[in-house]
Amino acid sequence: MFILVVGCGRVGSSVARDLLKEGHEVSCLDEDPESHARLELGLDEGWEDLGGRFTVGTALEMDALLEAGIDRCDAFIAATDGDNTNIIVAQVAQKRYNVPTVVARILDPYRAEWYEHQGLHTICPTKVAIEMLETDIRAAAEKHSGAATAG
Amino acid sequence: MYIIIVGAGKVGWNLARELIAKDHEVTVIEDDRRRYLTVEQELEHNIQYGDASELWVLERSGIQRADMVIAVTGDDEDNMLICQVAREKYMVERIIARVNNPRNLQHFELLGIKPSVSATDLILRLIEHEVPEYGLVTLLDFPEESLEIIEMLLEQNSKVVGRRVSDLEMPEGSLLISVLRGGKGFVPGPETVLEPGDEILAVLDPGMEEDLKDFLGPDGAAGNGRGDG
Repeated sequence: MFILVVGCGRVGSSVARDLLKEGHEVSCLDEDPESHARLELGLDEGWEDLGGRFTVGTALEMDALLEAGIDRCDAFIAATDGDNTNIIVAQVAQKRYNVPTVVARILDPYRAEWYEHQGLHTICPTKVAIEMLETDIRAAAEKHSGAATAG
Repeated sequence: MYIIIVGAGKVGWNLARELIAKDHEVTVIEDDRRRYLTVEQELEHNIQYGDASELWVLERSGIQRADMVIAVTGDDEDNMLICQVAREKYMVERIIARVNNPRNLQHFELLGIKPSVSATDLILRLIEHEVPEYGLVTLLDFPEESLEIIEMLLEQNSKVVGRRVSDLEMPEGSLLISVLRGGKGFVPGPETVLEPGDEILAVLDPGMEEDLKDFLGPDGAAGNGRGDG
């Protein structure tokens, strides 16, 4: 499968690297040329030598998106550090290029929820963190009240 | 009207001032604390501090009852998102978005965000208007209504110079609406004779530009330089 990852930060680069290792064709787009180094962390060979692609450009730049392969990708991941950028560029992939699988990372739970409701697949790390924290604390609270009753 | 303006830069601030002077109810939203404090000295309760791409900030400013939302931040993604949310989530009837980078215009159009205003485009239009070599200039475009209004200068060698308006066989889908001569504009009558140096205003169906250019242009120039041979 051909996967385009827009935004090559900690999340984007890790996902890109893992997917490449699993044998997928992976193309990355990031505005910072330096982020290429992040892709090669822990790799014995260079990103391109392993078949990966890297394009420098901002997320809404049509020329860069096309060079990175938005018009022929099977899956599109929007993982820049800007929620609004991710929301807009994911809609470009979905509505203009009819990419079958589009996922947008959105930190703000409210925006994520509303756009999910509008038919955009979103992943909200904040929501996941909140749920995990609450689960941990609830478990601790149960133990605490159990201990208090027992005592 | 109740109008929400997002972004208290030069555009947003001055817009707020003008709209308040016209007795509209206005709330400006600005996410830069220092800018907010500066503008707040003048606009007082008409400005709120916050990031308008956060839905609760929009709700706090009363977006549910807003008649119009104008997004004029320096960030196109923010302007697009705010307008999209305003229209589709909060059912705001009128939205206006600023386009900072003209290359992003296609994204605004894709998401159905209109009207959008681009300063670069406006200045380009002015340049085209001020530099006559461009020939035919689009003055107003009504994509929804499928009409546009254009302006064209008649050169000495134009085919229509010296002819009466009633004798002109304007291409189908175009209509002569005004003549600018010697700095004055008038609506031509059937007896009006076109002169060199006249500027013609015409309304036409989109796509008619070349036909009209040929019609109003110099003799024998039809099709020249169009590279379609």
